[in-house]
Amino acid sequence: MIVMTKDTMEIVREQDVVPFRNRVREFSTRIGMSLVNQTKLITAASELVRNMLKYASGGKVILEIISYNAKTGVRLTFKDEGPGIPDVAMAMRDGFSTGRSLGLGLPGAKRLVNEFDLKSNPGEGTTVTVIHWKNGR
Amino acid sequence: MNTTAQVLEKNKERILEKWMQNQLSDAALRDDLMTNDELQRQSREMLDGLLRAVSKGNYDNIYDTDFEQVTDTLRDISITRARQGFSPRETGAYVLSLKQSVIEVLVEQRQDDTSMLYREIMQLNTLLDNLSILTFETFIKGREEVILRQTDEISEISTPVIRVWDGILALPIIGTLDSARTQVVMENLLQEIVNTGSNIAILDISGVPAVDSLVAQHLIKTVSATRLMGAECIISGIRAEIAQTIVHLGIDLSNIKTKASLASALHLAFSMTNLEVRRTERHKGPKLMR
Amino acid sequence: MERIPILKMGPFLLVTIQIDLYDRLALTLENDLINMVSQTGARGVLIDISTVSIVDSFMGRILGNIASMSRIMDAETVVVGMQPAVAITLVELGLTLQGVYTALNVEKGMELLNTKLGDNLELDDDEEEDQDDRND
Repeated sequence: MIVMTKDTMEIVREQDVVPFRNRVREFSTRIGMSLVNQTKLITAASELVRNMLKYASGGKVILEIISYNAKTGVRLTFKDEGPGIPDVAMAMRDGFSTGRSLGLGLPGAKRLVNEFDLKSNPGEGTTVTVIHWKNGR
Repeated sequence: MNTTAQVLEKNKERILEKWMQNQLSDAALRDDLMTNDELQRQSREMLDGLLRAVSKGNYDNIYDTDFEQVTDTLRDISITRARQGFSPRETGAYVLSLKQSVIEVLVEQRQDDTSMLYREIMQLNTLLDNLSILTFETFIKGREEVILRQTDEISEISTPVIRVWDGILALPIIGTLDSARTQVVMENLLQEIVNTGSNIAILDISGVPAVDSLVAQHLIKTVSATRLMGAECIISGIRAEIAQTIVHLGIDLSNIKTKASLASALHLAFSMTNLEVRRTERHKGPKLMR
Repeated sequence: MERIPILKMGPFLLVTIQIDLYDRLALTLENDLINMVSQTGARGVLIDISTVSIVDSFMGRILGNIASMSRIMDAETVVVGMQPAVAITLVELGLTLQGVYTALNVEKGMELLNTKLGDNLELDDDEEEDQDDRND
């Protein structure tokens, strides 16, 4: 796997979300991702960044353009040092929420991107990595 | 005593000649796809690179930079041959006939030292086998690219959106509906709804061979997306066996308007848009010539 | 503080969202809109999202909330002009905006509201067939 472009953004306030979404759009436009796939990736990013703000009061996101096996894609890594997720399997379930929301954030984001990985240690924080390929598969 | 590389270098022209002979004697070689001159040039380039790598004493690792020229040429040849429609046999024979020629020359040159010959043949055997594996890998990759491109083209052309009436679109789906295809269908349909400002879309699945729960899921998604845009979606072309499968699988389509035929779907679309089709009473018009 | 303008058009309210919403702005809109329905006694709310490129689960929930709250106050909500990419993404996300009416554009949304409220508003006496466009 080759990383072609890399950028890091700190997300601490709600107002950081809009510039962050624009940055994700910029990255996906740069590799020629179709509008639908862009929209899917940005929506997933929006869900994940909201979780970060809500449960860990912020964190940072690493944006990368990667190339692997002749495929190009955008990889986003969301890192926070919040309380972590005690039951990951439960959190990935549709309709489950500890925060009075629809409970679509995590499972929905997973459905929207090609690759999704969540690592969480209670007390240490959560890292979510998503990859969306240029052609969406 | 000469090293293997020196022996091979000294007999390069002879190896090339034998190799060309071997290649050309293969009855299956397609001289319609490539001229002899081209073949000769390609083969010389390849042999030069190979001897250069061998002279550095590298017999095992074809992914080393020593072999860069060889593997590049070989990949290039395999990919080009895959695209040009060469058979796997023809492509594979390229490296295998080189092995044959190299061994023949070595046998001639090493008549006095069989243990040396044995060692050399073993080494070259492994090396050229590795190269031939690379050839096949690349050849298949080239073919896969062709297939992938065709798949894209097929899904692109196989989802025409037809404007059957002002405000009514029809989309006949032919073939299996997998998730990649659903994506294309959905995108085309929704875009066309925007372009034409249509209120109703008819998805005709007469040409879909089987509906399982996954296909049904895809249909439901398409209908939901259409509704989010503010249009209604009717699914038509539900054959008896499809209806049976849907019920047996316990798929709930009760929220979706379904019709057996495209005609009845169109009828429903008309009534939803307050249109009526009537048979007109034919009055005596001007007399027609008989 | 940024605010999204709400226009009053006869018995309806029209909101055109033209900027990328962050959560607090969306919540303000919900609040403003519901207050406006209550003040004006509007019978319908049109939310034009044709230039919105992203609707995530939070924004989806706000749209649903506005529809449910307005309905309690006897006003129907129509979300108009959703982009194809947004619709596909919402479906994949698992959000189908149940209980929210949708239309292709403002004009069609207006038509839909007029049909829904036709009898009460006495706008047309024709017995039009009630189109069930509700996403349920």
